[in-house]
Amino acid sequence: MHSVGISLLIVFVVLACILGVASGLIWLERRLLALWQDRYGPNRVGPFGLLQVLADIIKILMKEDWIPPFADKPVFVIAPAITVITTLLSFSVIVFAPGITVVDLGIGVLLFLAMSSLGVYSLVLAGWSSDNKYSLLGGLRAAAQMLSYELFVGLSLMGVVMLAGSFRIADIVEAQRGLWFCGPQFVGFVIFFIAGLAETHRLPLDLPEADNELVAGYHSEYSGMKFGLFFLGEYIGITLISAMIATFFFGGWLGPVLPGLLWFIIKTFFFICLFIALRAALPRPRYDQLMSVSWKWILPLALLNLLVTGAILVSRTT
Amino acid sequence: MLSLIRTVWLVLLHMFHRRVTIQYPEHKAPLPPRWRGRIILSRDPDGGERCVACYLCAIACPVDCIALQATQDEHGRRYPEWFRINFSRCIFCGFCEEACPTYAIQLTPDFEMSEYHRENLVYEKEDLLISGQGKYHGYNFYRVAGLAIGGKDKGQGEEDRPPVDLRTLLP
Amino acid sequence: MPTIYVEGQPYEVSPGLNLLHACLSLGFNIPYFCWHPAMHSVGACRQCAVKLFKDENDTKGKIVMSCMTLARDGTRISIADPQAVWFRKVAIEWLMLNHPHDCPVCDEGGECHLQDMTEMCGHVYRRTRFKKRTYRNQYLGPFLTHEMNRCIQCYRCVRFYRGYAGGRDFHTLAWHNSVYFGRHQDGVLQSKFSGNLVEVCPTGVFDDKTLARHYVRKWDLQTAPSICVHCALGCNTIPGARYGTLRRIRNRYNGDVNSYWLCDRGRYGYEFVNSPQRIRRPLLRNGDGRPTLAAKETALTQIGGVLRESRHVIGIGSARASLESNFALRCLVGPENFYLGTCRAEVQLLSAAIDVLRNGPVPSASLHEAAWADAVFVLGEDVPNVAPVLELALRQSTLRKPSDTIQDLHIEPWNDAALREAIQTEKGPLFLATTYSTDLDASATQAYHAAPQDIARLGFAVANLLDANAPSVPGLLAPIAALARQIAGQLAEARRPLVVAGVHCGMGAVLQAAANVAYALQRKNENTRICLAAPWCNSLGLGMMGGKCVDSAIDALRARGSTTLVVLESDLYRHLDVAEANNLLNTANHVVVLDSLRHKTTDKADFVLPAGTFAESTGTFVNNEGRAQRFFAVLPPAGEVQESWRWIGELLAASGQRSSAPWQTFDEIVEDLVRAMPAFAPVARAAPSADFRMAGQRIPRQSHRYSGRTAIHAAVNVHEPQPPADPDSPLAFSMEGYLNQPPSSLIPRFWAPQWNSVQAVNKFQEEVAGVLRGGNPGKRLIEPQADGQVEYFTEIPEAFERREGYLLVVPGYHVFGSEELSILSSGVAELAPMPYIAVNPEDAGKLIVRENGLVDVALSTTSHYLPVRIAPAVPPGLAVVPMGLPGIQWNGQPVWKKLLRT
Repeated sequence: MHSVGISLLIVFVVLACILGVASGLIWLERRLLALWQDRYGPNRVGPFGLLQVLADIIKILMKEDWIPPFADKPVFVIAPAITVITTLLSFSVIVFAPGITVVDLGIGVLLFLAMSSLGVYSLVLAGWSSDNKYSLLGGLRAAAQMLSYELFVGLSLMGVVMLAGSFRIADIVEAQRGLWFCGPQFVGFVIFFIAGLAETHRLPLDLPEADNELVAGYHSEYSGMKFGLFFLGEYIGITLISAMIATFFFGGWLGPVLPGLLWFIIKTFFFICLFIALRAALPRPRYDQLMSVSWKWILPLALLNLLVTGAILVSRTT
Repeated sequence: MLSLIRTVWLVLLHMFHRRVTIQYPEHKAPLPPRWRGRIILSRDPDGGERCVACYLCAIACPVDCIALQATQDEHGRRYPEWFRINFSRCIFCGFCEEACPTYAIQLTPDFEMSEYHRENLVYEKEDLLISGQGKYHGYNFYRVAGLAIGGKDKGQGEEDRPPVDLRTLLP
Repeated sequence: MPTIYVEGQPYEVSPGLNLLHACLSLGFNIPYFCWHPAMHSVGACRQCAVKLFKDENDTKGKIVMSCMTLARDGTRISIADPQAVWFRKVAIEWLMLNHPHDCPVCDEGGECHLQDMTEMCGHVYRRTRFKKRTYRNQYLGPFLTHEMNRCIQCYRCVRFYRGYAGGRDFHTLAWHNSVYFGRHQDGVLQSKFSGNLVEVCPTGVFDDKTLARHYVRKWDLQTAPSICVHCALGCNTIPGARYGTLRRIRNRYNGDVNSYWLCDRGRYGYEFVNSPQRIRRPLLRNGDGRPTLAAKETALTQIGGVLRESRHVIGIGSARASLESNFALRCLVGPENFYLGTCRAEVQLLSAAIDVLRNGPVPSASLHEAAWADAVFVLGEDVPNVAPVLELALRQSTLRKPSDTIQDLHIEPWNDAALREAIQTEKGPLFLATTYSTDLDASATQAYHAAPQDIARLGFAVANLLDANAPSVPGLLAPIAALARQIAGQLAEARRPLVVAGVHCGMGAVLQAAANVAYALQRKNENTRICLAAPWCNSLGLGMMGGKCVDSAIDALRARGSTTLVVLESDLYRHLDVAEANNLLNTANHVVVLDSLRHKTTDKADFVLPAGTFAESTGTFVNNEGRAQRFFAVLPPAGEVQESWRWIGELLAASGQRSSAPWQTFDEIVEDLVRAMPAFAPVARAAPSADFRMAGQRIPRQSHRYSGRTAIHAAVNVHEPQPPADPDSPLAFSMEGYLNQPPSSLIPRFWAPQWNSVQAVNKFQEEVAGVLRGGNPGKRLIEPQADGQVEYFTEIPEAFERREGYLLVVPGYHVFGSEELSILSSGVAELAPMPYIAVNPEDAGKLIVRENGLVDVALSTTSHYLPVRIAPAVPPGLAVVPMGLPGIQWNGQPVWKKLLRT
């Protein structure tokens, strides 16, 4: 049992780290994208352009906190906060290394699923309250996309849960000591990865924003720090999904030689980079393609995966 | 599916490509002569102003950032009394150059004209008029026009026959 | 109604038209040059070729000139036939062979009929390798530039100048490939309609010289419908402004008024708007009597205080101010203190003229009706100088009777060359009775020059011959009686007789005689019309409003102490004797003048408020026909200039008579005006009110091609200002708004796709050369009494008797110079004559003076030293002094004077 003091310390350290990583991702993404596109990216402000993030934050804080007169004001203000709150709450159950976690819940996986489901409210409310046809279309797309893929996040994780026999995240990681679940649960990993992309509405699955169709989708009317919150939420989301992939399928903190925390960070960082690489490489599908793939392919595949996993488990125990 | 992975792989390979960005203030990009940059007013080979103040650049301008006033000297040569381009509005589309019937208005390979105050981007005739011919050499509108100006009487144009003698009865 | 088939489709057209006229009226585009809607066809340019088919089975057809072919019932033509298209393309290539490479420096560029037609025919590249023919230009005076290289020999100019406007000093010179249009030598064109050549010429041979001094293209001009202010005819104009100054005046077609024409005074008299004499800020006279500029609020407070303290306020209206401004003044001072800004004699003449129009049985003639009259009798008016465009109409009227007499030759009325060939120099009846010679004399059947009394007696005699109930004239001399018989005979024969008179010869009896002639004719012929010329653009409006003459204001001032005089837009020294005007201005405790220009009256005023000219204000003028016509601001009033009615509204508030200015918008004052004086009810319908919108939009004053929007003000401020608001009209000071055709009274410019030149007016008419779509603008205020009992005037003046040692000084008029505003234009001032006095050689002999010898004549109690002109046309016993010229101070009322040789 941790004392309250240590718990608080962990909470603040985790919070600070996640926010730091999320804002650092802005720089990282721009640099990486530039690298893969034969450019330099931000390289003027500070060493390697690192202070670009600071400059951007200062700029975004100095901007006028504009609320369009036609917007539904309270909802308009609440919406961006929801996305940050829900993603941050999901981090509470992540076990970074043995003992290093905010709260070691017995139903950690369920909390993560619940929070990511709540995240959709942010986009829908933002799109709705902006009173702008592009925003509304973005919000509607977000609702359909995220509700659909939410399902597969859950289904794909069920295989992992069945293998580990627990909803507790620490147990799931421990269950991978022999073999990372990306082996037995490869299909589950692929589905989780795609669904994770869709959940964080990252490129190539950023249909709710779809700049060249919907201006900027649900956040067309946002500017200043409210717009910044959406961005922050998105980067926290990337970090969260990467951390979850590392936890559920790649053995979390498990690894030779290096300390567990470092292994966890390395794995998470790898998947963050993969997210960015996908953004650099892949074009955005059409909205109908996205939806038909989800229901016609991924859903049967996920169910099949669950069925097969269950069958194997049942056959082993009997 | 494989094509997606191949795409990602090819993109990742770009890590080892040379970067195409030119680090601008330290290195300058080579600009082609037909670069559409700062607008100038040129002079004809005889040193006279090419602009005849026909207003065609002003009407061609999609952002309406050119205004001028025509006037003429005592011999009937047209020129702009004043000529103003508001570069804070200019989109450097080059329509003015296309519309110009005398090669007077030309866009040049120069874009380094940023200012801290928008007022400084309003260029008057003395800021625009250069003493050379710009990109197009050898053209003098008044040599081919029918109008008589100082130094060129009726019938002295390149395309002109001598003026008609109204009193002759010869065929 | 004949049916013609164009490309196989049937269309109904009016009978008797040529194919070109019919097709243009139907909306087809056929290129043309020599044809002009008012001057018709000559078939010279070969441009309007179309394919004509015998019947529906004919596929071959033949090429005909559409302007020379009658649109018969069943005519089948094709405009788009490839051969016709090719023919037109080749024809324009020929016309363009020698056309110089001038478009960028040509003032016609952008509104050039030749450009339009070349584009329309698809002739894009020059193929000829040969050099171009050149000409030397001529100096044609201060109004026109001449650039003969551009000529395409369509002959329109000479057909207009000689054939239509009766000019003599312009002709076709040289021959074959070197035909030249010009004068026999450099010199000022004598015709006062020469400015129309700018619009008649399809290309840039003749252009506006005043515009060239501050040239801008048509698309850059801010334009609005307006009314000419330089005489009472109320010609419709389109003034164009740019960068806050007025740049030019163009004709605005109105089929009932000026149709396609303006006189040079109307076209070039606009420069007073830009004059350095303009008053742009309120002036106050401070303690030491020097005028100082003041802020608007200061001026209003001070004048308001003065008005509040004055026991009596007297207002002097103006015949050159709008109806609304005069009405505002009438509201400020009250009807009993409202004086007309003209002298007693003129007020009497004006009210007599209105009485004739209002209570007599004869309708007043529009200019269109005047042009269609077939017998005209002019009494006392020097029409060419006081109502120039009426001269043009009267010149057309002389063609009516000859055209009728050659009907058996079966020449179509539009076949201009053939028609003129057939009628040769024959002219219809036009009788002039004036005090001196006029430009129309050469075209007149008889020109009778006599003293005003004798003119009146001739008129009464004619009336008596037409109707025995009219009073007879005792003691008429035999030659005059013979002339009267001739005139009466011709008028009685005519189908549409017209009587022209007016107030300019200064004698009421002439007006009454004219009325008698018209009344007598009306009994025989209900198509009789009367046309009464008036001096100012709103003379009739002011006269209808009614008020006392300015002379009586002096008595009123004397009778009451502590008086303030408010003078609206007039120079009292033009209407009163110098002594009287001084008297008036000195007697008043305070003088407030509202005017746009500095003059002697403003110099004596204690307060001067800057009024807008016609170009900066919205208002209504009533022309001599009694037609109320709306004019709109072309320029937003700059600085503290505003309409007089706005100033007076603010004075009403400042003086405490009203809690706030009673009229915020033009529509409000018009509403008040109509309520107070129901006779002006049609004024409200003269143009749509300010809330009128086309498809929810205002009508833009700037063309859709207006340029420089983001650069014009950039030197002052890089942030573009909001366009000025216009609460007074449905027009906007902007290029945004309704782009299609607005109602006829709101047409700011004539433009149609493919028709950038003035010829675009074709597209605005119901039928080409007919009425504008939705009716010609303007509303007639005066209609004659339907069946009122006509009372003839019976006061026949005694015959003119010469007085030993005295001459009857009568006013003369000059189109350039006699008018107050246009004289500020440099070109008009250049053509204005120096002051003179014209006398008969016999009188000159008695005075023992030679030509140009100086005589002293005391006019308006001031000595005038004038050079003598010996003119045989001046009747013995009379002397003619030109009105209004700088240096002459006289209100123009005939007066017996002794001439002293100096």
